[in-house]
Amino acid sequence: MKRILCLVMVLLLCALTLAGCGGGAGNTPGGADTAPPAATEEAINIKVGIVNNPPSESGYREANVKDFESVFTAANGYAVQTFYSLKNDEQLNAAKQFITDGVDYLLISAAATDGWDSVLQAAKETGIKVFLFDRMLNTSEDLYEAAVVSDMAKEGETAVKWLKDQNLPEYNVIHIQGAMGSDAQIGRTAALDAEFAAGTMKKVTQQTATWDEAAAKQIVESVVNSGETFNVIYAENDGMAKGAVAALDEAGITHGVGKDVIIMGFDCNKWALRELLAKNWNYDGQCSPFQAQVISDMIGTLESGGTLPGKKIISEEKGFDAATITQADIDTYGLGE
Amino acid sequence: MKTILEMRNIAKYFTGVCALHNVDFTLRAGEIHALMGENGAGKSTLIKVLTGVYAKDGGEISFEGQSVTIRSPQEAQNIGISTVYQEISLCPNLTVAENMYIGRGKQSTVNWRAMERNAAAILERLSIPARAKQQLANCSLAVQQMVAIARAVDMECKALVLDEPTSSLDEQETAKLFELMRNLRDKGVGIVFVTHFLEQVYQICDRITVLRNGELVGEYGIKELPRVQLVAKMMGKELDEAAAIRHDERENSDGAVVYEAAGLSSLNCVMPFDFSIKKGEVNGFTGLLGSGRSESVRAVFGADRITGGKVKVNDRSVKITKPIHAMRQGLGYLPENRKSDGIIADLSVRDNIILALQVLKGFFRPFSKAEAEKLADEYIKALGIKTASADTPIKSLSGGNQQKVIFARWLLTHPKYLILDEPTRGIDVGTKLEIQKIVLKLAREGVCVTFISSEIEEMLRTCSRLIVMRDRKIVGELRGSEMTQDNIMRTIAGEAG
Amino acid sequence: MKKREFSLVHLIVPLLALFLLVIFNLFRDPAFFSVKLLVNNDGNYVLSGNLISILNGASELAIIALGMTIVTAATGGQDISVGAAAAIAGSVFVKILRGGDVSPPLILAAFLACCAVAMLFGAFNGSLVALFRIQPMIATLILFTAGRSIAYWINGGATPTVSGPWIGYLGGFIPGVPIPTPVFIVVICGALFALALKFTALRLYTQAVGINEGSARLNGIDTAWIKTLSFIILGLCVAVAGVVRVCRLGLINHETILLDIEMDAILAVAIGGNALSGGKFSLIGSVVGAYIIQALTTTLYAMKVPSTAVKSYKALVIIALVTIGSPVVKKYAAIWFGKLMKSQPRKEEVA
Repeated sequence: MKRILCLVMVLLLCALTLAGCGGGAGNTPGGADTAPPAATEEAINIKVGIVNNPPSESGYREANVKDFESVFTAANGYAVQTFYSLKNDEQLNAAKQFITDGVDYLLISAAATDGWDSVLQAAKETGIKVFLFDRMLNTSEDLYEAAVVSDMAKEGETAVKWLKDQNLPEYNVIHIQGAMGSDAQIGRTAALDAEFAAGTMKKVTQQTATWDEAAAKQIVESVVNSGETFNVIYAENDGMAKGAVAALDEAGITHGVGKDVIIMGFDCNKWALRELLAKNWNYDGQCSPFQAQVISDMIGTLESGGTLPGKKIISEEKGFDAATITQADIDTYGLGE
Repeated sequence: MKTILEMRNIAKYFTGVCALHNVDFTLRAGEIHALMGENGAGKSTLIKVLTGVYAKDGGEISFEGQSVTIRSPQEAQNIGISTVYQEISLCPNLTVAENMYIGRGKQSTVNWRAMERNAAAILERLSIPARAKQQLANCSLAVQQMVAIARAVDMECKALVLDEPTSSLDEQETAKLFELMRNLRDKGVGIVFVTHFLEQVYQICDRITVLRNGELVGEYGIKELPRVQLVAKMMGKELDEAAAIRHDERENSDGAVVYEAAGLSSLNCVMPFDFSIKKGEVNGFTGLLGSGRSESVRAVFGADRITGGKVKVNDRSVKITKPIHAMRQGLGYLPENRKSDGIIADLSVRDNIILALQVLKGFFRPFSKAEAEKLADEYIKALGIKTASADTPIKSLSGGNQQKVIFARWLLTHPKYLILDEPTRGIDVGTKLEIQKIVLKLAREGVCVTFISSEIEEMLRTCSRLIVMRDRKIVGELRGSEMTQDNIMRTIAGEAG
Repeated sequence: MKKREFSLVHLIVPLLALFLLVIFNLFRDPAFFSVKLLVNNDGNYVLSGNLISILNGASELAIIALGMTIVTAATGGQDISVGAAAAIAGSVFVKILRGGDVSPPLILAAFLACCAVAMLFGAFNGSLVALFRIQPMIATLILFTAGRSIAYWINGGATPTVSGPWIGYLGGFIPGVPIPTPVFIVVICGALFALALKFTALRLYTQAVGINEGSARLNGIDTAWIKTLSFIILGLCVAVAGVVRVCRLGLINHETILLDIEMDAILAVAIGGNALSGGKFSLIGSVVGAYIIQALTTTLYAMKVPSTAVKSYKALVIIALVTIGSPVVKKYAAIWFGKLMKSQPRKEEVA
């Protein structure tokens, strides 16, 4: 009996988790919890329900959650309820609960793009205004006020444009990809692939390291061992860039501003930006996790009777150049500590 | 009578060892044919060649006049050769009915209800005390064996091979099986009967084929081969050693009590019992299968969860709740079921021999390779274990030699008290006698031994005291002149005599 | 003598695979195995080349495969939580290092702490398997599921970094030694296992428990303890592998550190000729298996196989390997081999 009970528990746990890590690099379980509404009575005038993915999903998500926590506060006049889960159905239930609770605004970053129609319809009927952030939904535009999303493709384009602006005599690129099929990988790969296709840059190797630093190091090692020349490493996140740099260090190849190899990373971890500041790396791009202020501003507009500029708002993507980065940039935009 | 099976010049080699060499064997329809030989004579190998478990390395097999090649047990079954092996090879976690029908027929669907109905009918017909829906593991070993036979019988076979079917059956059950065998014979089935019980051969068989060391000794009609000659043919020498085996008549009354238990009971359904044994004594537990004789000695050794009782060894109170406790007190235990509780199948003979002593010595004091080799070689020689080398996995040895290895394992620990549960089960006459002789020798050296056997004669020969059990209780104790077959039966039956 | 023959038979498949990989690479690119002496960016002489990459890159896998072999042998099951446990161990290591100046004593303290934590989780897995008799894969599924969340909870979401010369020495090169340190760490681990097998009865106990638990128990072996011990040993391996991985780059990403290593480790054990159902085992086989897997990865990188196809290529090779190692193929190979050898007649006594 004990054994069966144990098994059942284990299976439940697994089901919960496995369902949660359907795609992408994240595979942590859905730590689901609902924060109670803020307690201060008088300042509250706008009730907001936020449905998001849990901060343990990634460094990006952690920054994203922190951003919303810092903007949607009681001090700013919001009564906030938050729900985190990696599972779409749990998110849907939470959203329904928020509607029943009678929130004024519903902010959603969905785990999956489908299945939200009925909930959004219900919100619309009860007069609740919906904002999407970070991720688009597969649904009619009428059902939400606006979507504040990142354009991964644009992020890649920004980075590649920066690379072209360096006006190197030739481009021999090692391209280290993230986990194949993830949004970030697709966006960051597309722009570079276009250059390869156009023949403006030469592809030395293009290989996935599935976001793994050590795999990235091995990929660069294999190019070094083959004796091929290269002058750019385009890694789709900071960790992989660090792995690539470690391989260069071991092979005695210089990198950074004014050196043999240009290093490009993504995500803007603080430690990575410090590498930029030290001129060991050249470029770091970011998919901005900071959408809270934009949404808060739009809520302000709606509350004062104004209209919104459009349905789809692309958040501004940052790209830092080692030549221009400052400590202030690191403090403001860097992820992590 | 029509010949249904003919095997000519069969040869089989295992790496470096010739197991069968030019062996002939014929089976007629409607006869019971005994296949006799000592351990390692090649009986099991011949049967495995016949049933397609092993591929033969030479010779021909013809079945019903046609030359056949049998590549798997399935093929053997399809042409009408069914087998029940010495060691039960059913699935203990399935039901009786499932075990009888699993892996048969070609249809992929199963009609569960029909299957259970048929199974129940067969069980009924053969008077097997099991329910079709019962899980096999819950049946006694004897019933499991009978289910295996029922399975084979039900498969419309023309030739039925029974490899040691009676080794775990008591007399009543054996009688029932014989009835069934005669029944099948009269219907024209040819039965190959492999056994170590001479009695049974003369009770039921028509002809005998004798093998020795992988070669054919000869084929005889039952009438033309008296027992003594049969034994001589099997062993290759004249033999009156059995008669020489006799326990010391004068009971060692002055010996100190080595082991004493009061109110001992275990979770394995043994009623609390008292028991003691003296230095140099050989005693036996007897009773029908399931009477609790094995369970009692398991409790003594701490093999099952102990639920109560006080134990003294050499007059000192000790706690024995795990095998290791018992071993530290100088106890050794050779379990009833060699395959599942005795041998470590894949490990070498050497590792199997040193195992218990190594455990006693401790995890952090392993034997060096040289030490282990020396110990193993010494005991392989002393007990005459037939093995290619000490490195051979024990599973490739014959049953009797496996048993000797387990024996060696415990002798190596120099036990003060050795418990032997069915040490001679499934073993040929020669090895049986050897084991009995060792037991008596140990007793003379001051070791006390508990000896359990289904063969009462064997117990009478070796034991100086018999503890009789019925329904998981000790119901009597016989010693000296009280120990007769008759008395034992009466005590078991409950008629104090 | 006989013993050696036995283990050689079991090593035929992995060694053959390694040999074929080598031949393949020699034909593909003769320079594949060239090793050069370079000066790295720290001014040290270091060896560089694919051979070094394979030896170096397989370190973590080899270490974990050692422990996985013991668990497989004792329990007839596998631990699928090693990647997650390594994330926890690595996170503990980084957490402690970030608490002070990175110096050898602190590294040692952090290492010991992370060993303790990993062994604790090993004991947790082991007790689920040994005491509650849950199948190892199911039992370790718990930690597999929760492990990386626990790792997140230790350090937070970003990828925390640690740096310092000693981290570099452990994960890269010690000045004046041209061979990567992780290679030495594998050698040390291997030596420790060899010593453990020599100076304890671990091999006999583990095999006995794995082959016939009931019988082992009747011979006085504490089977539950042996099973738990195997998981604790694996825990230790996991801690070492986690630390090596952290030291390589001086950062930990709890989501990706040693991701999917459990599958590679199980594969290494299988390729090494070990039965996944437990019993007899060969540590050398598993280590060879680990190097085969790494050699395969390095080969695929060198061949510039498209990212999307890497896994399929790997799968193809693995299918080939496990099929060759399967009992059916082995049986036919033995028959074929037997026919070749049949010329000499043999006449020996029956065993």
